[in-house]
Amino acid sequence: MFTPRLACLFPLAAFFFVPSVCGAQGPNLGRPLTPEEIRKIDITVVPDGRGLPAGGGSVTAGAAVYAKACQSCHGEKGAGKPQDQLTGGVGTLASGKPVKTPASYWPAATTLFDYVRRAMPITSPQSLTNDEVYAVTAYILSIDGIVPSDAVLDAKSLPRVKMPNKDGFISWWPKPPR
Amino acid sequence: MDILQKLESPTLREEIAAGNGLIHRRALLRGALLSAGVAAASAGIAQADDGVGADAPDWMKTPGRPFSAYGMPSKWQEKVQRIFTIGPGRAGTGVSRTPLQLLEGTITPAGLHFERHHNGVPDIDPARHELFIHGMVKRPLAFSLDTLMRYPMETHIHFVECAGNSGAFSSPQPPQITAGELNGLLSCSEWTGVKLSTLLAEAGVNKEAKWAIAEGADAAAMSRSIPLEKCMDDAMVALYQNGEAIRPEQGFPMRLLLPGFEGNMNVKWLRRLNLTDAPVDARDETSHYTELMPNGKARQFMFLQGAKSAILKPSFGMTMKGPGLYEISGLAWSGAGRISKVEVSADAGQTWAPAALNDPILPKALTRFRLPWRWDGRPSTLMSRATDETGGTQPTRATWIAQYAPGQGYHFNGIQTWGIEADGTVKNVYA
Repeated sequence: MFTPRLACLFPLAAFFFVPSVCGAQGPNLGRPLTPEEIRKIDITVVPDGRGLPAGGGSVTAGAAVYAKACQSCHGEKGAGKPQDQLTGGVGTLASGKPVKTPASYWPAATTLFDYVRRAMPITSPQSLTNDEVYAVTAYILSIDGIVPSDAVLDAKSLPRVKMPNKDGFISWWPKPPR
Repeated sequence: MDILQKLESPTLREEIAAGNGLIHRRALLRGALLSAGVAAASAGIAQADDGVGADAPDWMKTPGRPFSAYGMPSKWQEKVQRIFTIGPGRAGTGVSRTPLQLLEGTITPAGLHFERHHNGVPDIDPARHELFIHGMVKRPLAFSLDTLMRYPMETHIHFVECAGNSGAFSSPQPPQITAGELNGLLSCSEWTGVKLSTLLAEAGVNKEAKWAIAEGADAAAMSRSIPLEKCMDDAMVALYQNGEAIRPEQGFPMRLLLPGFEGNMNVKWLRRLNLTDAPVDARDETSHYTELMPNGKARQFMFLQGAKSAILKPSFGMTMKGPGLYEISGLAWSGAGRISKVEVSADAGQTWAPAALNDPILPKALTRFRLPWRWDGRPSTLMSRATDETGGTQPTRATWIAQYAPGQGYHFNGIQTWGIEADGTVKNVYA
């Protein structure tokens, strides 16, 4: 009844690892997921835009969302206090007191959308609609002029937003750069 | 009881191993110091008189407490607590630290395992929780806790260390805080669970997949990109911690365990693994846990926790009780494998002696080291330096600091130093 260890036949695994680290054969009891179930749980967004939902939102609409859901923690226009500052900080990274904001540090606009959608506002996470998340993302990016004040962000335009520190990261996986 | 016991043994022939009183670890391996101590103690027993029990302690003359359903530490240990402060308005967000200097051995009691939560500890009903595996797989699958219980399991001892552990060493002045406050985002447990490669094999990973995007079922839906190579290597979906179901603070009913990788990637309350061909640049792999360099660029995806060690006995907050024989004791660890060597210096790094390493010495686990030291009562500077089986070792603090922008505190593994003053106080010093 034993079937071959699939993990060990898997080409990538075979390339990187010796067979002894492969997991044991399981009893194959996983419950198949339906496409509908996956649609409900899959909120992953890749920086190239894959995974972004339908809908969209404007800077103007985002200002209203921000005032309602964000400002009490993040201050007026993202100035911070009591929680993280969301704007400014450009030029502080090597100063010893870096202010890490989307404008100064975050490499991808999708990260802001993704983080707000999964984790904010902190007292009622995942309570905003996709339109509201697009809108508040547009508003926060507009404060630093990363998007214009008449911007509307959606699945097409969000991944095209050029973040100021896009080239500020050097990947050390799987190896340090030469 | 003073944790800093002095071991007196006037008859012991001490073999000097390095400068300023470091004694060869052979003395510990032979047990010479311990047996000398026992002999001294047994000589001091008082003679009993004919009234049996007259001199016995109270607790020998009355029945003790009954059984308890779940035992708790002695009431005399009430100071052994996780270390934390609550930030304004965010009671469940932040960290608590393991009080390393108050513990011994290598296994962290589950209730003292450090915590890092991004929006509190969720109260998950295990009957309503499933692990979803989907994305670039042939068969998207869901696994309930009951289902996973049917799978072959493995048990391994591994540390988990936050990437921000010991970040206080990046401060310009040495912070005068305890070893637990400095290094206590570090804990070590026996973990039991199902190899992730077993579950991924069942789902059938497509050849274009290179990453698994892990997500927790907490109120931050904590998310990190995990390299597929790690998933297929020693990654585990852990269900048990030190023999019991994982504690809520550690991810009940299941967590991702990535031995040797920075703590944040070991996603607790694991709910979803989405196989992708690219990382997602999640908040916690961009705005956090990235290393700023002097030119303002940042290193990203620095996953491995480097070779590291800390002397816990003596350490800040303890007081040496005059000249004499002491045991130096601490922990060493590396995300790359087994600890192969720990060296100790009592003269600020001029000379080093190899410490005794207590078994078991396991890969990606805490290893306890010990070395006898005869302190002559003069100011002294203690250091420890760990080396792992891949040759990884600890740079000086200055060398480590020089790689980064000022204040960069992630992944600190520089050599740590305690200064012993003539009056026996212990201070954190930069040497």
